Amino acid sequence: MITIYRARTILTMNPARPRATHVAVREGIVLGAGELDELAGWGEHTVDERFADAVLMPGLVEGHCHAMEGALWRYAYCGYFDRTGPDGTVHAGVRSVEALLERLREAEAALPDDGSALSGWSLDPIYFDGAKIPRETLDAVSTTRPIGLMHASGHIMNVNTKALKVAGLLRTGIEHPGLPLGEDGLPTGELKGPDVMVPVGEHVGFGEAVLHADEAGLRDFARLCVRAGVTTATDLAAQLPDEAVDMMLRVTAEHDFPVRVVPMRSHVGIAPAALLDRAEALAGRSTERLRFAGIKVHADGSIQGFSARLRPPGYYNGAPQGLWYVPPEHLAEILEGALARNLLVHVHTNGDQATDLVLDTLEAALVRVPARDHRMTFQHCQLADAAQFRRIAALGACVNLFANHHFYWGEEHYRLTVGPERATRMNACRTALDSGVPMAMHSDAPITPLAPLFTAWCAVNRRTASGRTLGEHERITVAEALGAITLGAARTLKLDGEIGSIECGKRADFAVLDEDPEAVGAEGLKDVGVLGTVQGGRVFVAVGR
Amino acid sequence: MSGAEAPDVPTDARLPVTVIGGYLGTGKTTLVNHLLRHADGRRLAVLVNEFGELPIDADLIEAAEDDVIALAGGCVCCSYGNDLASAFATLREREPDHVLVEASGVALPGAIASTLGLIPGLSRESTVVLADAETLGARATDRYVGDTVTRQLASAELVLLNRCDLAGDEALDSARATIRNAAPRALVVEVEHARVPPEALLDGVPGTVPGNLSGGDERARIVHPRFASAVLRSDRRVDINALVDWLTSDGTGVVRAKGVVRDIDDALRQVQVAGGRATVATAPRDAAPGLVVIGLRPLFHPAMLDKYATPTIG
Repeated sequence: MITIYRARTILTMNPARPRATHVAVREGIVLGAGELDELAGWGEHTVDERFADAVLMPGLVEGHCHAMEGALWRYAYCGYFDRTGPDGTVHAGVRSVEALLERLREAEAALPDDGSALSGWSLDPIYFDGAKIPRETLDAVSTTRPIGLMHASGHIMNVNTKALKVAGLLRTGIEHPGLPLGEDGLPTGELKGPDVMVPVGEHVGFGEAVLHADEAGLRDFARLCVRAGVTTATDLAAQLPDEAVDMMLRVTAEHDFPVRVVPMRSHVGIAPAALLDRAEALAGRSTERLRFAGIKVHADGSIQGFSARLRPPGYYNGAPQGLWYVPPEHLAEILEGALARNLLVHVHTNGDQATDLVLDTLEAALVRVPARDHRMTFQHCQLADAAQFRRIAALGACVNLFANHHFYWGEEHYRLTVGPERATRMNACRTALDSGVPMAMHSDAPITPLAPLFTAWCAVNRRTASGRTLGEHERITVAEALGAITLGAARTLKLDGEIGSIECGKRADFAVLDEDPEAVGAEGLKDVGVLGTVQGGRVFVAVGR
Repeated sequence: MSGAEAPDVPTDARLPVTVIGGYLGTGKTTLVNHLLRHADGRRLAVLVNEFGELPIDADLIEAAEDDVIALAGGCVCCSYGNDLASAFATLREREPDHVLVEASGVALPGAIASTLGLIPGLSRESTVVLADAETLGARATDRYVGDTVTRQLASAELVLLNRCDLAGDEALDSARATIRNAAPRALVVEVEHARVPPEALLDGVPGTVPGNLSGGDERARIVHPRFASAVLRSDRRVDINALVDWLTSDGTGVVRAKGVVRDIDDALRQVQVAGGRATVATAPRDAAPGLVVIGLRPLFHPAMLDKYATPTIG
């Protein structure tokens, strides 16, 4: 059965036929894009007019996000910017401490009266002029429930007095850099870094279980993908125990599950040799909608958490050097083993020294195992400079840059973490493309919202939240940005032969839009509405549309 | 608002914890296996960052479950990933006598020690950092891991400079200099195959409370060229404040001390010293005086304790 969809216009990303009016689909595969009479030759068909007023482009590919965002929407959204949940509800941003308390009181009233935890996420007090939120402030919402608010960055949490109490931390004599103390000698309720967030997290709704999406969370994540026009999304750095794998296989096989999920096994908690075996075994269990793509390694920490590894001269504010999250010897063992076994590896590097280490390690591994199409991808790679991009290109590696970071924390980087010069060139999309590096860009959802068209806007405009253009010279064009969120991301996942463009033989994955993203121009990109998606030939309407 | 919510655990009920750090390949696992082989009835629990490559010699393993490996002599091994607190919750059910936390190769042992301070009911013992005599000098100046290696050393109270039998003179000198610079206050012992007397890191064998030790020359109990032990057995009154000041001051070479001493007010008090920190608490009702002190020669000499064996102002 052949369906030919007519659309207002179709952006194909196929240079041989960049624009079309019709696309023919059979059994989830594109037969071709063109004029109706060109496609009619495929045989008996029906013409579907439902997209006649809409614009189609290849289904968007989010190359760095985490399925846990689906689960987080059960909690109170405390971010500064408006954000849309899986059910289409727009949650207004909280713009002040008062608004935050109001949001929390509403959420508190909806909870059962059993002392259960009240959890919030995406808090960013930077936007409240850096106001601290001591435990006493949150005590005004509840003294009987533990309250925990995860910051947008994921590196800090604020809790109330009850939460400290149940975690056994409401006492004097504590000495820990992650637990600032008040004048009374007791913790203020600000928890900095995983060492202190993890033990308290389980009491305030941020236990290990939440961080790995459950069944309902995975479905909600998929609904977010439909709203964002995303038809393929990574779940980067998952632990992937057997129970989770079985659950993901079951849920993604449901006939109405709308997205191709691409998980990668984190290197954390497993030795290199076992990691390679596990990744290989998982790859063998892949299905059309669940692609176990390989391995994710964390080389260092984060820039705003001051745990990224920076080359000299280091942090602008003089903070001490960051941390390695993998011993370089293990990184070498993983990379070399993966090259020999044809396993894809994505490596998180935030600081430029971490990028140097991975470059040196990959270069040495390639001498021993000269794999030709490894596509090792640098994830975030925020501080890479021109020389590093040239090396990345020379080694056949890819990058996935964190374009959204510039909007949310560009001013913070300018003022505090890396200073004006490096903040101006961070996430250097222009340099990456000019160096010939295959490039994707990402949201890292739930850290920032899952919305590749917004990510494209960020890379095209390089504007910070306060409206300043930071790094004019690193802007890319609308066409390049649209390429990065489709074919670019697909290349980093070795899926570019299947997805990323609308052309004969590829998966029938489309984003259905209300405007032509090329026609609206640089400014309008983030406001293009997503009506839904087509994934594997199945039509999904964005909730609320 | 009143603060103390944490249960007031009596010192004696606190679980002693030793952090074992050091860069990849310095012999942390060798040390752990050495201590397990010489547990002598102590129930040791070993926390490792990750399973995978076997962290324990195969002949010591009795049964492996998902998260816990049962070892000979009632010892256990668990992995802690990024959640030390819940790993301790699991361990407590096994009622260990002493916990060894083996840090990952790039972890900062000082950070782990700080995190242990957040977990109620623990008594933190020395942080031990291993260094490889053959490679330390080169590693400490490595562009990528140099600062990690020196920060690891800086958090040590006891440095075990391992593989001294294999290192050439030049490497050994360079390793010694690196440690002196990075950890000027740490006690340093040069060892082979991570062999140290278990008493230097662990409490006495359960049931052999110092005060109940049988006779004999206690000073000869530890057979090691660098370690020496002494037992203060006097029932006379001792100024515990002065004793503890001495035990915890730099330059005395004291590695650890534990036991019961009669204070100048005639009360029996339990004294515990490890990693330069002391705890003094009311002694258990049935306790008899007796304090074991273990130190490093030549800084420490058993005779140094003699002055505390004489009566102080009564």
